[in-house]
Amino acid sequence: MAEAQLAVRSVSKSFRGLRAVSNVSFEVRAGHIAALIGPNGAGKTTCFNVIAGAFAPDSGEIWFEGRRIDGMRPDQICLAGIGRTFQLVKPFAGLSVLDNVIVGALRHNKRVSDARRKALTVLGRLGLEEKRDQPAAALTLPDRKRLEVARALATEPRLLLLDEVMAGLRPTETDQMVAVFRRLIEEHGITIVLIEHVMRAVMALSDEIHVLHHGELIASGSPDEVVRNPAVLDCYLGEEAV
Amino acid sequence: MNRRAAILLGVLLAALLVLPVIANDYLLSVVILILFFAFSGQAWNVMMGFAGQLSLGHSLYVGVGAYAAAAIYVHYGIGPWAGIWLAMLVCVLLGSVIGFLAFRFGISGVYFALLTIAFAEFTRIGFDHLDWVGGSGGFFLPVVRRDVNDLLNLRGSPVMFYYVALALAGGAFAFCAWLLRSRVGYYWQAIREDQDAAQSLGINTFRYKMFAIAISSAMTGVSGVFFAFYYNNLFPEQIFHISRSIELILGPIIGGLGTLFGPVLGAVVLTLLAESITEVMSVLGLEIPGVKQVFYGLCLLVVVMFLPNGIWPTLARRLGLEREGGRGGHG
Repeated sequence: MAEAQLAVRSVSKSFRGLRAVSNVSFEVRAGHIAALIGPNGAGKTTCFNVIAGAFAPDSGEIWFEGRRIDGMRPDQICLAGIGRTFQLVKPFAGLSVLDNVIVGALRHNKRVSDARRKALTVLGRLGLEEKRDQPAAALTLPDRKRLEVARALATEPRLLLLDEVMAGLRPTETDQMVAVFRRLIEEHGITIVLIEHVMRAVMALSDEIHVLHHGELIASGSPDEVVRNPAVLDCYLGEEAV
Repeated sequence: MNRRAAILLGVLLAALLVLPVIANDYLLSVVILILFFAFSGQAWNVMMGFAGQLSLGHSLYVGVGAYAAAAIYVHYGIGPWAGIWLAMLVCVLLGSVIGFLAFRFGISGVYFALLTIAFAEFTRIGFDHLDWVGGSGGFFLPVVRRDVNDLLNLRGSPVMFYYVALALAGGAFAFCAWLLRSRVGYYWQAIREDQDAAQSLGINTFRYKMFAIAISSAMTGVSGVFFAFYYNNLFPEQIFHISRSIELILGPIIGGLGTLFGPVLGAVVLTLLAESITEVMSVLGLEIPGVKQVFYGLCLLVVVMFLPNGIWPTLARRLGLEREGGRGGHG
């Protein structure tokens, strides 16, 4: 078995005594799509924030492409090749949609004109090119989620962390987004870890699913295995999901 | 900026170039004041308008820049064109110390603003006791004949100072326009809009904020050098005073934060307002101390209430000087 691109090893993170993430370990192989699911407050976003460098873990290690990355700053994590979106979207509200994405594209393009070209390609891929001159503040929530993805993609990450980017999308829009990610994986071999409540997207995209509950990992496996796991059914999915 | 705005800018520049031919000394002194505020406003705008870091102590750099160049001129006879480099160096060092303290230890927003005020204040008190440059009694540059233009030592007529001020304001405008369109300009704006998001896109926010304060303080230091050689007298109580910091930042705020024309427009509006108040007062034979500040306050109040983004963005839209949406407001 090939070595994992991302390895999370026994990571814990507490906030004022609350164990948000407790001894969580999982691995993601290059080119795979892994989903983190679980009820609200299960520690999914904290898990992301620790990987992306927003917080250092209290204990445990995170390895990316053979480098230890836990404790690094968010900008260093980005330079290492990991892109992320925010669950509570953080657009550069005063800038145009295009300029938002140019900021991301400047990661690999030193010249603004090159970054603009790259940004336009990414916007086209996400169906935002017609809104490129609008201020980001004027976008609807689904479009802001798309913008989050576009901005992170423009940094050309090898691993993309997507935090509920499909929440609030209509089923057809979800399918479009799924198609975008499928193409990214085929063309660029990108790896994706996503947090998602939309099971339609999770089942369509994921190679493996990790289920968190009260900060602990209670199940890992293929989508088929996970939806049949009694512990998962009990705490999260409910009977009707089977 | 679109074609129309470019043409308008060209016409404005041409008019400014030939202005001394028709203007008398009074009008020239008013326009010099406008250009001075346009320049120093542009410098402050780099920090607050572009990078979103609120400094309320920029009088520190005006004063230190002025004293640095004036001191080596008076004591060692070294002219202002060398003095400018010393002024910039000292200001960058001071700005870097403030920036390091603030950005390294996460002091931001109001607390950062307080830190900048504190530095300006204790520097003022320090200079009050620095006898080498006259202490609280003031520091004076030798005034020589105003009919001989000595550009090398910045001694001469108002027309000469006018062209120097025009070069500074024009240069700062072009420099800021270039900055705003460059990689660093994008990164500053990203930091201004959302620091977490900026960081997640690979931006070293500490480094770019340090860069902003360095450029802003160096430019403000240059404005101090101009101030010293134009007015020929420096008093710590005046040059480091917080009211000077306020005066310096009102222009960009009223004109339009983060825009290139904002500081220029703000300087025009405020200077003309101040001059007409002085004029009206002298016609009426009144002498009311602080009346200028009251009108500054009113002006700020009106703009904040009705044009929270400043005058320029609204004006530019009305005059059709910007593209629809996009970065039009920035150029």
